Amino acid sequence: MKRAGVVALNTFREAVRDRVLYNLLFFALLMMAASVIAGQISIGIEQTVIVTLGLSAISLMGLLISIFIGVGLVSKEMDKRTLYAVLAKPLRRWEFLLGKFGGLVLTLAVNVAAMAVGLFLALIYVKPELERGDATVLIAVYFIWLKLALVVALALLFSCFTTPLLAILFTAGIYIVGLYVQELRNMPMQMMSGGMTLFTKWLSFLLPNFENFNIMAMAAHSRQVPGTLIAQNTLYAAIYCAIVLTAAVVVFSRRNLK
Amino acid sequence: MKTAKTIVLVPVILLAGFMGVWKLQHALDKQRARLSEERDYVLLSSPKLIQAVSLEYAPLMADFYWTRVVQFYGNKHVRGDANLEQLWPLLDITTTLDPNLIVAYRFGAIFLSQRAPGGAGRPDLAVRLIERGIKENPEDWRLYEDLGFIYYMDLKDYKKASEAFLEGSKNPKALIWMKVMAAKIAAEGESYETSFFLWNDVYTNTTDPQIKENAKAHLQLLRALEDCKQLDLLGGEYEKRFGHRPRRVSELVEAGMLQGMAVDPLDYPYTFDENGKAALNPKSPLFEKQKFFERFK
Amino acid sequence: MTAPAIETENLTKEYPHGFLNLKKRNSLEGLNMQVETGEIFGFIGPNGAGKTTTIKLLMRLIFPTAGTARILGKPISDIDMHRDVGYLPEQPYFYDYLSAAELLDYFARIHDLPATVRKERIEKMLQKVGLETAGKIQLRKYSKGMLQRAGMAQAILHDPKVVILDEPMSGLDPIGRREVRDIILGLKHEGKTVMFSTHILSDAEMLCDRVGVIVGGKLRGVGAPEQLVGVKAKATEIFFELTGQSAAPLLAKATRTGDRYRLQVPEAELYDTIDQLRAAGAKILSAAQVRATLEEFFMDLVEADRAQAAAVEVSGK
Repeated sequence: MKRAGVVALNTFREAVRDRVLYNLLFFALLMMAASVIAGQISIGIEQTVIVTLGLSAISLMGLLISIFIGVGLVSKEMDKRTLYAVLAKPLRRWEFLLGKFGGLVLTLAVNVAAMAVGLFLALIYVKPELERGDATVLIAVYFIWLKLALVVALALLFSCFTTPLLAILFTAGIYIVGLYVQELRNMPMQMMSGGMTLFTKWLSFLLPNFENFNIMAMAAHSRQVPGTLIAQNTLYAAIYCAIVLTAAVVVFSRRNLK
Repeated sequence: MKTAKTIVLVPVILLAGFMGVWKLQHALDKQRARLSEERDYVLLSSPKLIQAVSLEYAPLMADFYWTRVVQFYGNKHVRGDANLEQLWPLLDITTTLDPNLIVAYRFGAIFLSQRAPGGAGRPDLAVRLIERGIKENPEDWRLYEDLGFIYYMDLKDYKKASEAFLEGSKNPKALIWMKVMAAKIAAEGESYETSFFLWNDVYTNTTDPQIKENAKAHLQLLRALEDCKQLDLLGGEYEKRFGHRPRRVSELVEAGMLQGMAVDPLDYPYTFDENGKAALNPKSPLFEKQKFFERFK
Repeated sequence: MTAPAIETENLTKEYPHGFLNLKKRNSLEGLNMQVETGEIFGFIGPNGAGKTTTIKLLMRLIFPTAGTARILGKPISDIDMHRDVGYLPEQPYFYDYLSAAELLDYFARIHDLPATVRKERIEKMLQKVGLETAGKIQLRKYSKGMLQRAGMAQAILHDPKVVILDEPMSGLDPIGRREVRDIILGLKHEGKTVMFSTHILSDAEMLCDRVGVIVGGKLRGVGAPEQLVGVKAKATEIFFELTGQSAAPLLAKATRTGDRYRLQVPEAELYDTIDQLRAAGAKILSAAQVRATLEEFFMDLVEADRAQAAAVEVSGK
């Protein structure tokens, strides 16, 4: 476990040195522009605009980072053969994988936290007095981070058995599907056969449901989020990550490195 | 030995995990339903802005929004929720993103113009939508038909309706009855034949099951209405002969004024109400439908 | 007797290839081999012969189709074995965003070396491979030779008992090769076991206690270099300088470069010839045995192999 931590820290260092955190600069500019413009064009809903725009940007940038870097975590090391010397050390493959995962999740945590600070600064600019309900924005950011961790796990899994390009497509695909699994259940069921209905229902409960983590509308209107939802989402992300990482470890441990 | 442990451990982790996910998802759904948050179906409500952000994928986005319209309409309709205020912005965005998406104008207009619960009860917006559609797609004569339909059925503006059918009939591809419709509406205003023809056209041409069902109900009611008119005429004759209005249709048959029992399209015999007016049988499903439609008049 | 440092038993690796991976190609066939503790073992063969495959199998980077292997008496699936093994991959490449010192620090942490030892050890290693001035530079700016040196440093960083090097000399200039040779000899001096692969035979001949020759995925011979080629010296080559014109009969057989001559004589005539040259006033620069080289032995094997099975793929990697 300690060795996984060493790998994680190195992964974090890699992300920093590869200038991943530069996106923060872009985010800062976006938030500054938004807070100035929002005040002028959308009278009355500045807060909503700032929050939805900020959360969307955090989510989108996080997704780009988690998919592209997540897929590269292992495949880049295999490609460049940096993996050889590392795996010849007393390091189990699952420790390596876990370390890589942890490193990127740590990077995302720092990144998302920094963006959240930027979002709050913009919020203070348009609305000098914050209320208790504004804490929902923080919870929304936390949920985004949970979601990103799950995306990283999926990217890692796919990159363990297919090419980076396909892994990117698969990860993005399952993310998009995961946004709509809820809709699967709302589909008019009379249109389908019984078997189909059952299958759809199963699928809608077992596929990763990314809509669980979306409370953007609530955050935009400063509505309170119950603690149960936070606990449930945290547990959901943790369990799902465990499932996906277990699968990834199984695949990666058997993999012959070319 | 080690592999044996893995073989047992991995399925156990996966199984336990998925069971946990299953349970949690149910709990989460319950939790979120309780919050009953207002979901922003239209997050960005400026069509121009959406068009700008969609880059070259605007038509694709239009399809996406159209899907939302159908889904939205379908769900709300099933739940009997008449709140369709999101319908117009969604249609507005859809048709701005893809001005040639005829289906969006045609069905959209029906959803908009129909009285609740069938639609949003906003024929004015429906006219606006169709007129935009005609501007973008002048070669599509069916849009004129829809325009005429809305003026005729919902706005009862027979002059405008007649003009719409006439304008559409100028299209060489337009079917001949468009011209007939224009003349007939101009001369008679609302009539049984016109209404029947228009609803029948909707019934035969639509692929949407809900619209088809709706048109069928309208056709049946139209016929029932026409039957009742005829029965009332007979009732007048009866009154002249016996000094009072008939209480049952069977009385007309006994008097030899009717060949057999007059029944509605669902085979329920008509009745006479306390005022001696012919009416639908309260047992007939059509009776409920009629009440339903009249409620919103 | 202690267990051999490295030991393989019927080690076999098949690679599926072709349509739907239906065909199998043997990259290594039933390798049985031992490397004794404290020796330098050279693993030689042409490109694609299975050298790297063997080493990757030993390092658990790939998994055998059949057979087993043990290092220091422990099965290679035992992760603890890696504590005492150093490995230099072929054409090594490391995280290019790190400096050599940071890379070594990263590996030292994975090896769980205490903080007090780490710094001192890293400095020592950088010095040993000649990177003491380049230790702070990011590896992306390193030349191939410098990377090879960094790779060497990480292989011996944790003071392993067994060092496995895949083509340690490739990509190095003559000075670098010399330094690597010194490091390898130094390791032997410290009592370590070294196994390295190479296709450059003179390196093996110069360094190894024993060599294993692998061609077409099969081990073709193991033994001391001179044992393999046979010590029957055929002749001695004498290299001398002569300004005069005497001893004419001898000079007729010699090849001349300026004032210097090269002459091959049978073993029986050696001392006679030397006497004659001395008499003629020649300055003898060197006298060396001409023997069958490892290269000849090696070429014979390869030729035989090609003739025997034309299907063996000797693909350049």
